[in-house]
Amino acid sequence: MTAPARPEQPQRPTLRQRAVAERTVRTLVRRRVVSALMTVVVALAAIATTLPLLFILYHLASEGASAISVDFFTKLPKPVGVGGAGMANAIVGTLTLLAIACAIGLPVGIGAGLYLADFKGSRLATLVRFLADVLNGLPSIVLGIFAWEFLVRPVKHFSALAGGIALAAMMIPMVTRTTEEMVRLVPNALREAALALGYSRARTAITVVLRTATAGIVTGVLVAVARIAGETAPLMFTAFGNTFWSLRLTEPIAALPLQIFEYAKSPYDEWHQLAWAAAMVLIVVVLVISIAARFVTRGRVGGGHGD
Amino acid sequence: MSADGSAAATTAAASSDRTDGRSLGERIVGSSVGDRAYVAIITGFAVCVPLLLAFIFIEVLLAGWPALQTFGFGFLTSATWDPVHRQFGAGPAIFGTIVTSIIALIIATPLALGVAVFLSEYAPAWMRQPVGFLVDLLAAIPSVVYGLWGIFVLIPVMREHVMPFLRDTLGLGATPFFTGPMYGNSVLAASVILAIMVLPYISAVSREVLLAVPRSQREAALALGATRWEMIQKAVLPYARSGIIGGVILGLGRALGETMAVTMLIGNSHEVSASLFAPGYTMASLIANEFAEASDDLHLSALMAVGFVLLVVTLIVNAIARWLVWRVARGPKGAP
Amino acid sequence: MVIDAAPGPASPRLASPRLRAEGLTAWFGATPAVKDASIDIRDREVTAIIGPSGCGKSTFLRCLNRLHETVATARVDGRVLLDGRNIYANGVNPIEVRKFIGMVFQRPTPFPTMSIRDNVAAGLRVMNPRPNGRRTDEIVERALTRAALWDEVRDRLKENATSLSGGQQQRLCIARALATDPEVLLLDEPTASLDPISSQKVEELVYELRKDMSVVIVTHNMQQAARVSDVTAFFLLGDLLEVSPTKQIFTAPKDSRTEAYVTGRFG
Repeated sequence: MTAPARPEQPQRPTLRQRAVAERTVRTLVRRRVVSALMTVVVALAAIATTLPLLFILYHLASEGASAISVDFFTKLPKPVGVGGAGMANAIVGTLTLLAIACAIGLPVGIGAGLYLADFKGSRLATLVRFLADVLNGLPSIVLGIFAWEFLVRPVKHFSALAGGIALAAMMIPMVTRTTEEMVRLVPNALREAALALGYSRARTAITVVLRTATAGIVTGVLVAVARIAGETAPLMFTAFGNTFWSLRLTEPIAALPLQIFEYAKSPYDEWHQLAWAAAMVLIVVVLVISIAARFVTRGRVGGGHGD
Repeated sequence: MSADGSAAATTAAASSDRTDGRSLGERIVGSSVGDRAYVAIITGFAVCVPLLLAFIFIEVLLAGWPALQTFGFGFLTSATWDPVHRQFGAGPAIFGTIVTSIIALIIATPLALGVAVFLSEYAPAWMRQPVGFLVDLLAAIPSVVYGLWGIFVLIPVMREHVMPFLRDTLGLGATPFFTGPMYGNSVLAASVILAIMVLPYISAVSREVLLAVPRSQREAALALGATRWEMIQKAVLPYARSGIIGGVILGLGRALGETMAVTMLIGNSHEVSASLFAPGYTMASLIANEFAEASDDLHLSALMAVGFVLLVVTLIVNAIARWLVWRVARGPKGAP
Repeated sequence: MVIDAAPGPASPRLASPRLRAEGLTAWFGATPAVKDASIDIRDREVTAIIGPSGCGKSTFLRCLNRLHETVATARVDGRVLLDGRNIYANGVNPIEVRKFIGMVFQRPTPFPTMSIRDNVAAGLRVMNPRPNGRRTDEIVERALTRAALWDEVRDRLKENATSLSGGQQQRLCIARALATDPEVLLLDEPTASLDPISSQKVEELVYELRKDMSVVIVTHNMQQAARVSDVTAFFLLGDLLEVSPTKQIFTAPKDSRTEAYVTGRFG
């Protein structure tokens, strides 16, 4: 190897080279400034999106807390000015409607979910999966008028049953998809191990697959229940609401979201307070379930960058 | 050579715990009734899903048919909604739906995208779950609670601060879009609440899609000397584009069908006005507002017809959104 | 009558074939993974199946208990005779067939929601008649003892099966397969995911099991095949090239390709 040549004296930059260099520096500075600006913009957007939630929770807590009392949970609604009113019937009503919805929605949803996981390639499965997603996006008011047309109009009265069925119709596609996802997470090796023991397909599905996926399925069910617990539109023309206890499933029944709607629309402060209280109760339940669901499924879903 | 006899003896001896008198040959024959029943049952349940959708579709169509038949296509465009004279046109409702949805998307998309980009590109890993969760929680709040909050918090704020700000301080009152009395209950208020409600959906999908962009894309851009923002703009966002668009359309689907919060904030008026300060109607809020007191069968049928239009529109929009999101899930990220 | 079709030095015992495959061909969709394989699996013998990765040996094994067909697009042609009965005949219920043949997989697959005891007893649930509680406990103890796991778990039978180590879990799966007293035990690379000590325990186990049943073990560890088996079969690209007594296949194989594989020229 020859020794490196004596370094040449760098040529003095030409005017043109100097101009280009300056422009590059200016451009680079500009680009860096833009990048820094966008960082701020993006951070602001992030903050802005967390604000509404915080505001809502704050208002719910501050307005609702003052109206929460034992009466709220134990007394029936009363006319304005009488005092001692509560929403006991609405709480029980919501629970009743949820029970009806689950009685119908859970078997269908879990069964359909099992089908989708077991027969995942078949044409029916692809269709059902797609339609379940589509149903999930259906406006609940449409479900409400459908339920009215189908369950209320023919018998000419509102009923808890109609409300429960409308909610079940909302629940089914949700539970179907979450069940499918949870069942698919069960490793195929477990299925094969069960089959190799001489288990029938049915027994494999129930005693091995379902049992292993139980935690996830229950979570999915709870999330669906939390969702439909707050729905108003499907109930407006089916369960309709009731100021008293409803003793039969063929009678109209009160529900928390319906009461909130009625009271919020009204001109009475007293009722507004009750509406806030009911909203707070509803939100607490929904939040608790959502957080619990997050914890259970946290381990199974990834959160990092791809590849 | 050993004959069947010894083979059979070995079988019987080894399977004494399984003995019920039958031979191996007899025992392995037969079909599984239990399995057939099981498959039939879960298939039956699965079939309920398309049946349910078909059922909904048909019932609502049939109920709305009289009105559709009476008014024809004009139903969609006519602005007259007059129960007294039995003239029904869904024009204002459809107009209101479109306006509120579009404005909601205009407000929500940059914010949702912003928070999604923040979480996937800027935020430290520990922040992703909690902050993402907070944004997702917005989707868990019931519509009627949004409405309640809207009536008592958002509307006063809009009426006393935001609307005057827009009209006077920003001078937008010169345009026809920000004029008229500021009642508070307005298309604008409904759009804002819709934006908040739709935000988590766009954000969740965008976040997922952005996180799925392979690291190699980012590294390649940075290696070429791009600034962070340029990397996002030129390497990440284009990659995630169809997924993000799918998320936006999903949000649109949600916005179209939202009922309670909108009906509580929009003022429920059949007036069609260019001004965002004016009250209005959406298809969903129209049904919610008038259904209980529909004056006669034609009125009812008209409301059902509106419901049918809403059904069809959301079906199409959701189908498109799902297709886009599915396509991204299967596409650049890797082959199934 | 079943006739000994494989040539070679006669086995000193008059062992009858428990399982016999005749012209077995298995497909995934349009691709044949096993082509026209015929082999006798004899009673009280360990038969090893060796071959390079992807040669079809696992697929072949899974055809023996009709597990292959549970995969979508899978198809099987040919016959498999269990004690003279074709398990692929029309009208035969694969679920029942699998009750007579036990299987242990590559990775331990204990049922995660069940205790150790319930895992071992899992196969007993579908037996007809089903053993009662006390009998079940006896069977569980016997199976765990045979699997050389009893001493380690006797005090924690109620604990969840996932609390065991990998090697223990695999022995648990073996116990689970043994509990039902199968006619034939199929092992698909049972030590592939185990540490050397656990592997050794499993190999000793397999060697002992030959006293009571037929064992078929798929392995791509040739030394393992040499250690535990009496007969070895060599698969290559879906073809069953050779079946010979183990000593012979490793010292004087008949097929040149077998020789190339066992001497390590490819694999």
